[in-house]
This record gives sequence, C-alpha cells and structure tokens, in this order.
Amino acid sequence: MSIVNIIDFVYLISAVLFMLGIKNLSSPATAKLGNKLSMAGMLVAIAATLASPDMFGYTMIIIAIAIGAAIGGYAAVKVEMTSMPEMVALFNGCGGAASALVAMAEFNGHTGAFANFTMITLLLSVIIGGLTFTGSIIAYTKLQGIISTRPITYPFQQVVNAGIVLLTIFLAYLVFQNPANTLAFYFIILLALGLGVLAVIPIGGADMPVIVSLLNSYSGLAVSMTGFALNNNALIIVGSLVGASGLFLTKIMCDAMNRSLANVLFGAFGAVDDSVADGGEGPTGSMKGFEVEDVAITLQNADSLIIVPGYGMAAAQAQHVTRELGDYLGEEGVDVRYAIHSVAGRMPGHMNVLLAEADVPYDQLYAMEDINDDFSTTDVVLVIGANDVVNPAAKTNPGSPIYGMPILEVDKAQTVVVLKRSMNVGFAGIENELFFKDNTMMLFGDAKSSIQKLLSAVKE
Amino acid sequence: MDTGTIIIGLTIFVLACFAGAELISKVPQTLHTPLMSASNAISGVAILGALIATGRPESIDAESMLGFCAVVFATVNVVGGYMVTDRMLQMFKKKKRKKKE
Repeated sequence: MSIVNIIDFVYLISAVLFMLGIKNLSSPATAKLGNKLSMAGMLVAIAATLASPDMFGYTMIIIAIAIGAAIGGYAAVKVEMTSMPEMVALFNGCGGAASALVAMAEFNGHTGAFANFTMITLLLSVIIGGLTFTGSIIAYTKLQGIISTRPITYPFQQVVNAGIVLLTIFLAYLVFQNPANTLAFYFIILLALGLGVLAVIPIGGADMPVIVSLLNSYSGLAVSMTGFALNNNALIIVGSLVGASGLFLTKIMCDAMNRSLANVLFGAFGAVDDSVADGGEGPTGSMKGFEVEDVAITLQNADSLIIVPGYGMAAAQAQHVTRELGDYLGEEGVDVRYAIHSVAGRMPGHMNVLLAEADVPYDQLYAMEDINDDFSTTDVVLVIGANDVVNPAAKTNPGSPIYGMPILEVDKAQTVVVLKRSMNVGFAGIENELFFKDNTMMLFGDAKSSIQKLLSAVKE
Repeated sequence: MDTGTIIIGLTIFVLACFAGAELISKVPQTLHTPLMSASNAISGVAILGALIATGRPESIDAESMLGFCAVVFATVNVVGGYMVTDRMLQMFKKKKRKKKE
C-alpha cells in the first residue's frame, strides 16, 4: 500500500465523518456532536494532505493558515446572532474564492498538456468559484444595508447578462482549444467576477436568503469541479454533498414563499410597487397608533396570546425582553405561544436560532402549519417587526407580488397588535393592509423599547 | 486522464449528490440555519486543493502564491464557519440544560 493509497483511504474516512456530521445535525440533541464530527473530518483530511510526500512549502502553508484562522476566528467570535446570514455569506464567498484560486494555481503550475476533461472542470471551477465570491460579497453588502436592499435594475439587464455568459463560454472555448492562451483565461476570471455582481444586484433584500443558500450550493459545486481537475476524490465527494444540500435548502425556501427559483433570480421582486404608489390597489383606511397603556390592557385581558416575531424584533435585539414579556404573561395565566414563519429572519430557521438565544422554550414554538388554524380562536396576536409573513394580500390580492405565498393568518384573531418602527413598508417593499384593519392596534417605535414599556405597564 | 477515472469520478459525484440531499432532508426547520452554516464550513474543504497548490512547488512561484491566497480564504471559511456553527448550536444546548433544572 503506497502513501498515496493511504491518503486516499484517509480521505474516505473524512468523507464518512462529514456525512455523519450532517446526519447528526437532524436533531438539536446531537447537532453539536455532528459539528464536531464534521470538524474532525476536516482535520483528518488536512493532516493527510500535509503528510503527502511531495510537499515542500510548509512555511508558507503555516503562515497562510495562521492568517486565515485569525480572520475567521475573530469574525466568528464577534458576529451578532442577528448578523449570522451576512457572516455565512461572507465565509461562503471565501470558499468560492479559494476554489477559483486553486484552479488558477493548477492552471499556472500544470506541466504538460491538459486532458480535455481536466481543462473543462478547471474552467468551471474558476467561473463558478469567481461568481460565488463576488455574488456573496454583494449579498453581504445588501444584507448589511451597505448597498440598497432594493433590486437594482436597468434596461436590457438580462440581455447584458446573457451576453456576458456567452462571451465567457466563447473565451472558455478558446482556452480549451489552446491552454497557452493565458490572456483569455484571465479575462474569464474577470467576467466571472463581474457576473457574480450583476446576477445578485437585481435581487431584492427579501430574497437574499434564497441567494445565500444558492451561492452555498455553488461553492460546493466549485469544490467538486476543483476535485475533478485535481483528480481528488475527497473534494468531489464533499463538494457534491454541499452542492446538493444547498440546492435542497434553496428549494425549501422557494416553496415557503410559493415562488420558483427562476422567479427569484429574474423577477426583481419588489423593484416596482407602483400599484400602491398610484393609489389604485393600495389599502384603504388609516393606521391607528395606540399608546402603550392601551396595548397593555389588551394583553392583560387576554386568555390566549400568540407572538409572531419577525426580523424587526431581531434587528432591535428585542428577543430577550420579548421572552421576558411572554414569561410574565404566562405566569399571569395567559396561554402564550410563538408562531414562526419558515422565512422569518434572514435565513431559513434563523428565527429559531434567535429565540433559542433568548431561551424561549421549545414547546412554545410553533411552525406555521401547526398554528395557522388557531389564530381565529386567539384573543391577541402580537406581531413584532414582522411584515410580509403576515400580509393578508398574499391571500386576497392577486395583483400583489407576494400573492400565493403561505402566510400566518394573524388577521383572523380578535385583536392584532403590531409593533413597528415606522409607517414605512417592510423589507420586501410591499404595503400591508393588515395595518389598516379595524381590529389592528399599531404601536410605533423601536421594538425593544416598546416591549420594555409594555412589560413595565403590564406589571403595574 | 483516462475515461475510466472520469467515469469513477462522475459516479462518486452523482452518488454523493443523492447522499447529500437525503441527509439534508432529515434536518428540521429549527436547525436549517446551523445546517447552512455547517455545510458552508464543509465547502471550505477546498483547502485541500489549496494546500497542495501551495506546498507542491519546490520554490515560491505563481502557483504557490495563488495557493497561499487560496489557503488564507479557505481557512477563513473553515475556521469561521465551524466556529459560528458551534456558537449557534451552543444556544440550543444551553436552553435544554436550563429546562431540566
């Protein structure tokens, strides 16, 4: 058994560890173990690679790992739970960049002629890795609000993008024909980087979670392609695992919004919402602002309460005081539950993480399917910084961009209390007629201070 | 690369895709965010290719410099990815302990 065989065998072990790791993520009880197993898989694979007999540049490797670990570790420790989606997007972009750089290194360092298949996978790795890198950075800047969360569109956008794709394919063909054509190769990299930017800027902030998940899938695919180019089974296996998982999550999220992936990618969702601006289809009536005392009395008189948290709660860091309010009312005999829409937050399941952070008990959390029928028999629903996931237009207004999206049917409750920062529209940029209904009480202000005031008011 | 190697590679690719989809379908919605972050960390496995590219050349050249950058990026992905996943999962665990008390 040669050393190369042994390394390949260790790669197999690490692939098994990765799979066991993901398998253990299927329950909160074993998830931590799963992450450890996956980490062990990574360490074993790295150790095997470093043990390869034809390795020379250990000093460079150690310096690079030290720099990367310092940056990654610092960012991971500092990031707020609410900013997790941005962080994941950035890390993912790093993975894409790594794949593209490896393919570039292989292109530079390869001696002799390239096999056809190697050349094709190498080019795919550069293209997919490159667009994952810039696409993820744009997703990050959109989620952070550094650039507008609104879709950025311009005339003939899709024609321009299609043109760039065709040009990329043409240049790839040139390189494929003549690998010495390094100019074309580097031009492909530039186009791939540009494509990542152009593909993500027309996508609205509300759709960013889908894009982050899709880019995650792409980064896996890029790794797989690198694996083919280097003839490395570990990269092929693990890359396809990630690619498939990302695609699966993307599909789950699209289903939760009742949209197709094509619609997310090319629909420029929320770009123009003229129906409301024109006054044609917009909701009628007026929003009624209430005082904290009015809302507190309503809460005290309730027998049952469902709390619907949205990203507004997370952004205001109000999850802890929300749990305090829920706990207090629960002790006072109110039946308190939380309703969680699957796309609440900025990633699938993001809201569950945030409520877990605030120690909300599992048994009070309900998924949309499990609680939707109960709203009609509930006294009060408290909507905290959620907007699109409770917008009745999804059921009633065929002209609305979110028509058909499954929503939490909070408008069926006796009274709906909506905590909202201002009269402005939500993340998806769509007006919400729920706020204009007669049984809706609006409490304007920062979610955290509103709930704090509510808590002290109900305690009096 | 001979056709046999390509076919074996493609076989592995397809089977791993199915395994990935199958494994992920068992993960409940509650854990989707940690799952995403974990699979993101796993995609940092590109570090293996990066290490080879950096370490293989006998002296510093274009290949090893590109490899160096790739190792930095991949390490950010791997270390950061696993650490944030662990932080998120810590919350689920911490709450369980409190409930038992």
